[in-house]
Amino acid sequence: MGPEDSERHRDMSEPGFFSEVVEWFADPLHWEGSFGVPSRLVEHLIMSGVSVLAASILALPVGMYIGHSRRLETLVVSVANLGRAIPSFGLIFLAVLVMGLGLDFPASLRPAALFALTLLAIPPILTNTYVGIQGVDPDTLEAARGMGLTEGQVLRGLELPLAAPLIMGGIRTAAVQVVATATLAAVIGGGGLGRFILDGFATGDDAQIFAGALLVALLAVLTEVSLGLLQRAVSPRTSPGRRREVPEPTPVAGPAA
Amino acid sequence: MGDTMISLRHVAKRFPGTRTPAVRDLSLDVDRGETVVLVGPSGCGKTTTMKMINRLIEPTSGTIEVDGTDVMAQDPVRLRRGMGYVIQSIGLMPHRTVAQNIATVPRLEGWDDARIDRRVRELAATLRLDEELLDRYPAELSGGQRQRVGVARALAVDPPVMLMDEPFAAVDPIVRAVLQDQFLDIQRRLRKTIVFVTHDIDEAIKMADRIAILNLGGVLEQHAPPEEILREPANAFVEEFVGAERGLKRLALIKVSEIDVDEGPVVSPEDDAEKARALIRDGGFGWVSVLEDGELLGWVDEAMLEGKARVSDATPRRFSAYVTAEDSLRQALDSIVTSRTNVAVVVTEGQRYRGILTLERVSREIVS
Ligand SMILES: Nc1ncnc2c1ncn2[C@@H]1O[C@H](COP(=O)(O)OP(=O)(O)O)[C@@H](O)[C@H]1O
Ligand SMILES: [Mg+2]
Repeated sequence: MGPEDSERHRDMSEPGFFSEVVEWFADPLHWEGSFGVPSRLVEHLIMSGVSVLAASILALPVGMYIGHSRRLETLVVSVANLGRAIPSFGLIFLAVLVMGLGLDFPASLRPAALFALTLLAIPPILTNTYVGIQGVDPDTLEAARGMGLTEGQVLRGLELPLAAPLIMGGIRTAAVQVVATATLAAVIGGGGLGRFILDGFATGDDAQIFAGALLVALLAVLTEVSLGLLQRAVSPRTSPGRRREVPEPTPVAGPAA
Repeated sequence: MGDTMISLRHVAKRFPGTRTPAVRDLSLDVDRGETVVLVGPSGCGKTTTMKMINRLIEPTSGTIEVDGTDVMAQDPVRLRRGMGYVIQSIGLMPHRTVAQNIATVPRLEGWDDARIDRRVRELAATLRLDEELLDRYPAELSGGQRQRVGVARALAVDPPVMLMDEPFAAVDPIVRAVLQDQFLDIQRRLRKTIVFVTHDIDEAIKMADRIAILNLGGVLEQHAPPEEILREPANAFVEEFVGAERGLKRLALIKVSEIDVDEGPVVSPEDDAEKARALIRDGGFGWVSVLEDGELLGWVDEAMLEGKARVSDATPRRFSAYVTAEDSLRQALDSIVTSRTNVAVVVTEGQRYRGILTLERVSREIVS
């Protein structure tokens, strides 16, 4: 490291750094107006929420259909593998090339960012929905059909409730990834908590970079925890007073042989 | 009896991608109120045949009629609601309580809560399920309890037809015997038309009004009452499948009341001891039964009559075991070979004497 570097980027373990971060948070200016923490947080939440919602609208029905009918199962594997292979960073720039920056959209709704984040959120939701539904005990399904349940009744009354914890787990995984990745929206001129980091870099404000990163991390943890609670809430009871074990979201490479 | 409830005509099923058909050409009738047990080696097409009746599997060719209507002409959902369906693994819904599981079809049929509740309790009583189990979840039940819930659920809307695929195969032999007896008891009252699948010939003999023995490819080798199958196996396959102890198995199906019993040597307490001694010598048993107004007091032999003037001066010994008219000949045989007197004494309720069964008499039934 040259002297310029050490001037520009200071070591976090330096004694004064922690108090600078505390000062940054204490500064009322950082909590006001459209550049303040609350506005950026709301932008971040809107951007993430819209993306996860869009991904759910696309992935849930497809996952349900494939899991229920056991048709097109290879699609799930392809999407899961594709999701792993394509880096979200590259995806955002690709989206900008195709869609432009979309500067006339609000900072939280830049199409390129939403597009990339939605694509990022689809694989875990699709995979978990499929895995959850195709994992319902075949004997339970056979008995249900044998008693005269319609396919819709099988899906609503049996497959969805039993798959709910896994589906919710997929949404949880997707949401945490999206919240973390939404930080990149700032790079293409969008809003969200990433702005603190990007602007911190631009002005050499290390405390602000750290504050931004801390906020993103906190939000990701909060998302993880709150959706974890929701996952628990949608898990059907299988014994009095005790909810079903909440399965961990399982990224799956392909359908069981 | 006599009128056909389920009729299969030249039914065949070939699964896509398989070389040989699972069922080649099967014709079979099931009468109203009758239990027909499909039995045969694994993979012979029992399950396939049963599932074609409720259209979980659709036949490749042939026709299946239930109550005079072609099943292929009916809405499968409606068809299935009119047939109870029980499978080996039962397949209870894990996220529903026992009561909710039993109430599945009534709820789909739009019954009101009060009626459902009444019906669930009624079925719990019929299946001897403790009412406190009704709020439990399937994971908390024992194997036997789960099977009972499965049967209760299948009976919920009182369908005229029951399809049961190895319903008791998953539980241990003791529980299985209890479930079989209980189900026979229920069936005697409800008189459902039942197609019952098993690979266990003894279960078939026990449960069936008629047994349909299938060979690979759903080939019907014999369709007859258990007694007839044991007495006259139609061919080598049936004989082989029915297995060893065919005679004993048959005896288990015949009740003592169905055959004539021998009168046996009897005296009354008032008789001279001399008359008793004569009977003991001539009767070939070495003892006589002592009856007082038709009631069996026991038996005496020559040693016990030693120096006695009348039979009443001796103290008759009680027989160690009896059989009743309701017992099977197999039980009588057991009584014969284990008793010291080498006969089974047949009594009615209240120790009224009916007669005796000897080994010779019982073996006549085996060969006939
Ligand atoms: N869905 C299926 N696809 C292909 N073959 C099947 C299918 N179901 C059953 N079979 C085949 O059909 C034959 C009869 O099966 P099944 O009726 O289950 O026999 P069982 O119940 O008498 O043991 C077997 O050879 C089995 O492998
Ligand atoms: Mg089978």
